[in-house]
This record gives sequence, structure tokens and C-alpha cells, in this order.
Amino acid sequence: MNFFGFFKRSETQAGTAPVARERLQVLLEHERAGSGHPNLLSALKNEIIHVIARHVAVKPEAVSVRIERHNTTARLRIAVDIPKLR
Amino acid sequence: MAKVLVVTSGKGGVGKTTSTAALGAALALNGKKVVVVDFDVGLRNLDLVMGAERRVVFDLINVAQGEAKLNQALIRDKRVENLSLLPASQTRDKDALNEKGLARVMKELRTQFDWIICDSPAGIERGAILAMRHADAAIIVTNPEVSSVRDSDRIIGLLDSKTERAEKGGRVEKHLLITRFDQARASRGEMLKIDDILDILSVPLLGIIPESEQVLRASNLGQPVTLASPLCAPARAYCDAARRLLGDNVTMNVPLERFNLLNKIFGGRAA
Repeated sequence: MNFFGFFKRSETQAGTAPVARERLQVLLEHERAGSGHPNLLSALKNEIIHVIARHVAVKPEAVSVRIERHNTTARLRIAVDIPKLR
Repeated sequence: MAKVLVVTSGKGGVGKTTSTAALGAALALNGKKVVVVDFDVGLRNLDLVMGAERRVVFDLINVAQGEAKLNQALIRDKRVENLSLLPASQTRDKDALNEKGLARVMKELRTQFDWIICDSPAGIERGAILAMRHADAAIIVTNPEVSSVRDSDRIIGLLDSKTERAEKGGRVEKHLLITRFDQARASRGEMLKIDDILDILSVPLLGIIPESEQVLRASNLGQPVTLASPLCAPARAYCDAARRLLGDNVTMNVPLERFNLLNKIFGGRAA
């Protein structure tokens, strides 16, 4: 590694803490949603897919189920990508 | 009124044993009667960090099984009068600790000490659950690092569900102790900041222990860092944390190594 390469490297490596913070927030949101009912999210997701699939073709990866925690409440957010309806 | 405090983390190697020894000694220096209890059956280390490894005769399991009296197993610290150690068994299987016997030991400890500090094993299995079982308060030891923060979150969930207090509808008082913190790296954005960790875990902060060579030096010597070199940055941070446990209002800061020379001159003589 040359002299300039050394500085370049340290530059690209700096500031990874915000990434760590973001990853943790997303992960823990998920893990906490499951406490008390470890499979809550995947159970919800499976049944939602099931219901929608009766009417529209939907792929499992097109369904996202999240629980967002706020101070006193939690919000269940369901997003489903479906093929364009005519 | 005796207080049972569990030092826990989920993840291994974050500084539970170091923190148990350092806080135990600091509370004892404040005039409290303190016992540090090693719950890591089969992998005991608190005796080593406390420098009492050659004085262990009976252990927690012997007492819980009724094979020895509590006072036969307790090891009184040679440096601080009010400080005792109840070691774990090194040879027994970790399942040898039974819940009934443990409850009896904890009850007896409550009659003899002001503070009972339980050094939890890593993990979230039986040993860790037994260590937190009778706790009134918990110290969650966390490093500023993703896997440690995640495991702490898991442990917080267990404190809210698996402890005796939680089962009776009460709450275990929780404190966050951040160890191995490097202010310079956090300022450069290379390490999670204190506020990041507090935001994520939402547990009140008990103290910030800076990364320091003094911690390894103390464990090499078999001394709690608060006794080995009381003026060094981590020792001051632990002493501040101990005072906060006692209800004192101590300003929160990250102690820096300011007295390096003094440490070198006086540090080793403190014991």
C-alpha cells in the first residue's frame, strides 16, 4: 500500500457507526415484535399471502409485514406488491 | 434492605466479571457489606479476577445442595473488609444448581449483606436465567458494537419476563453500563455513540467505562480495577457508577486518563 492509498483507505473506512445504528434499529424492531409470540410476523405474513393469493397471483417476497414501535402504541404496516390490475 | 443485583449481557466477553469485581469492591469501599456471587458454573472466573482462586474450598452448588454451610463457602476479601466472594463450582455440571436450593441461599445472603451482586454466565440459557431469577436490579453490560447491543436487547426482554419480580407483576430496575468505550473512535463515527445505544435500548445509563489497558493489568494481578489502580480512568468510571447505584447524583462523563504518572507511582500500592 502506498502513502496515498493509506489515507484513501482510512477515509472509506471511517463513519461506519451510522450504518451500525440503522441496521440495529431495523433488526430490533423485528425481533421485539416477536417477543411473546415469536412467530407473529411470519404467521401474519403467511396468512396474508394466503388470503390475497385467492384473488390475485402474489409472490411471497412481494409481501412485507412490519411492526413499528412508538411511545405508547405499535403500528402494523403491511405492504403488498401485486401485478397491475386491468 | 438488601439488594440483589445481576450483572448480565447475553454476549460473552463484554466485561461482566470485570464489572462485577470492580463495582463490588467500589460498593464495599463505600462502607456497604457486599458479596459477589459467581453463577458461571463450570467456567468460573470471578475467583481469578478477585485473586481468590487458591482459597476456594466450597462453592455455590455445595451450599445450594446442602453439602456445606454458607459461611464455609464465603471467601472474605483480604483487601476490603466488607467484601466477600461466593465462588461457582468448576467441576460440577451446570445443571447441578437447583432452583429451590438457590432460593434458600439467596434468602440467607439477604440477611448477611447489603448488596448481593450476581455475575451471570453468558448466553440466555438456564444459568443466565437463574442468575437473574432473584434480582431486584440488573446491570446490562454492553459494548458499543452491534452484536453486543442486539444481545442486550434480548436480555432486557428476559429480565421483563423470566425474573421472579416480573412473574409477580413487578419490574426489575435496569441500568445500562457501557464498557470498552473509545471516545475518539466514537467522535470519528467509527463506533456507536452513547446516545445511539441509549436510543436503541431505552435503558437508563449507569456509567461509561473507557477502554483501557488498566483493566487487563488488574485482572493479571487478580485485583478488581477499582482496587488495583483507583485513579485510572476505568476505576474512576466504576466508582462513579457505584455511587449512582447508591443514589448519589454524579455527573455523567467519560473519564480520561489524566493521572497517568500518578497511576504509575501509586497505582500498584492501592491493594
